[in-house]
Amino acid sequence: MASAATSAIAGFRARGIALAPAGAVAVFLGGGAIFLLVGCLQSTNFARLTVEGLASGAVYSSLALALVLVYRASHIVNFAQGELAMLTTYIAYQLIQWGLSYWEAFFATLAIAFVLGLVLQVALIRPVLHRSVLATVIVTVGLFILIDGVVNWVWGGDFKVMPSPFGNGSYVVGGVAIPHLYVGMLAVVFACVLLTWALFRFTKLGLGMRAAALRPAAAALVGVRVDRMLAVGWGLAALLGAVAGLMAEPSQIFLSPTLMQSILVYSFAAAVLGGLESPAGAVVGGLTIGVSLNLVIGYVPQISSELELPVAFAVILLVLLIKPTGLFGRREVRRV
Amino acid sequence: MTALLELEDVEARYGPVHVLHGISLAVEEGSVVAVLGPNGAGKTTTLRAISGTVRRSGRIAFAGRPLGRAGPDAVARLGVAHVPEGRGTFAELTVWENLKLGAYSRRGSIDDELERVFTYFPWLSERRRQPAGTLSGGEQQMLALARAFVQRPRLLLLDEPSLGLAPVLVAELFRIVRELNEDEGLTVLVVEQNAHLALQAAHAGYVLEAGRVVLAGTSAELQADDAVRRSYLGY
Repeated sequence: MASAATSAIAGFRARGIALAPAGAVAVFLGGGAIFLLVGCLQSTNFARLTVEGLASGAVYSSLALALVLVYRASHIVNFAQGELAMLTTYIAYQLIQWGLSYWEAFFATLAIAFVLGLVLQVALIRPVLHRSVLATVIVTVGLFILIDGVVNWVWGGDFKVMPSPFGNGSYVVGGVAIPHLYVGMLAVVFACVLLTWALFRFTKLGLGMRAAALRPAAAALVGVRVDRMLAVGWGLAALLGAVAGLMAEPSQIFLSPTLMQSILVYSFAAAVLGGLESPAGAVVGGLTIGVSLNLVIGYVPQISSELELPVAFAVILLVLLIKPTGLFGRREVRRV
Repeated sequence: MTALLELEDVEARYGPVHVLHGISLAVEEGSVVAVLGPNGAGKTTTLRAISGTVRRSGRIAFAGRPLGRAGPDAVARLGVAHVPEGRGTFAELTVWENLKLGAYSRRGSIDDELERVFTYFPWLSERRRQPAGTLSGGEQQMLALARAFVQRPRLLLLDEPSLGLAPVLVAELFRIVRELNEDEGLTVLVVEQNAHLALQAAHAGYVLEAGRVVLAGTSAELQADDAVRRSYLGY
């Protein structure tokens, strides 16, 4: 995966696009990919940890992408993104309770999540967006608390059990057992990432959304309804969050209101690592965080899973201190 | 001929700063009209008031319909293309995507418009995959103009198109604007520091000072006016 990303970067560089990361980043990602490949061939334990890390990394990627979409459009971090994902997972749970099959509930939940994100943006974010960044961020924090309260009130704080979407079997590849679940998680997340990319790259709506995020005033002058684009962006982010929540749930065995709280931190680390403005960076960042955390916990006995969260925080801090633009951060390409 | 655009007693302010103190002007359909005046006279703000990028009061009618409180996106969809000062191109998007954005509020195929644009600016076709930010300032200005043509507007608002451009490019730009006006009847309202050039291209003009219209007339009348000659034409 990482090597595919680097070759794409090489392509961008060949075409003279300065938004591709510097050579050092390409070397870092390429080296990481080779390290993982050699490690997997050497040790089945390493391979198991890597695949597990990729699967959880896919979840971080999805939520990180949601954070990046909102950040690009509104220049704020939506602290409620994880709780929104948790809420939509509960909605899926409820739909299954009402008799829908898992995949019926899955797609219905994505649709509900989209509408929910859109409505929240129009009702709560739009009124404060142009007043102050701080007010907007506080609204998202309030939303975090509100959603948490509502979920506890409606469904209670006890654990719920959802059916497994991919069964409990495993594929065996070269002596390494890879659960269907992990393959399924990766496949679903990447299908969503690809669809999102295609939407932005190939459709008129996507072009309008990019224009509205980059330069709202100039976008309005060609007739783009900027407010509407921002709302659609929130809807899309909520949809990607729902995918993250639904894919995170089975690996945690139970559904509880704290489902996404640590995942939000990992995803935030992933988004920061990727450069906060770069969708590709969010995806690469998510996989990097997922795999490296899992390997660190697996091989460094001093760092147990209880210390996973502080490690993720350390990553955020280090990136912000050393390279605030992240791996894929945008460099200005404007010539004056 | 009826006026495509009419401003009546239009005022605009940025916060507490009053910039326009009751501007009235009219742009006939199929004409090129220049707005002249010193820095800070409110020329740019006049264009911004029309396209709705600044809050305005007074009456603005486009094609006989009052614009009211219509925002920039709504005005654009009515058929007004505003090429702002500083061009308003998207540096991060490719040349092709910038052109496609011109057709954002239109349905159907834009192949005809693109072909037309490429006859005026053949080099745009070769560089369509390039991010607009890698073009030179002059090329970006041409791209902004090309995108405005793709919008297929009834009215083109051009703000300081000569700013930062080499003289040969400025002449080329005004030649293209004039050609589009003559061949396709495009109506243009242009704000320009270079009064000489603007009055050559325009049929009529308005001179603004301190947010008010101080002089109006045909290009010939303005070119013959002593005050205009002394202040803006320099002879």
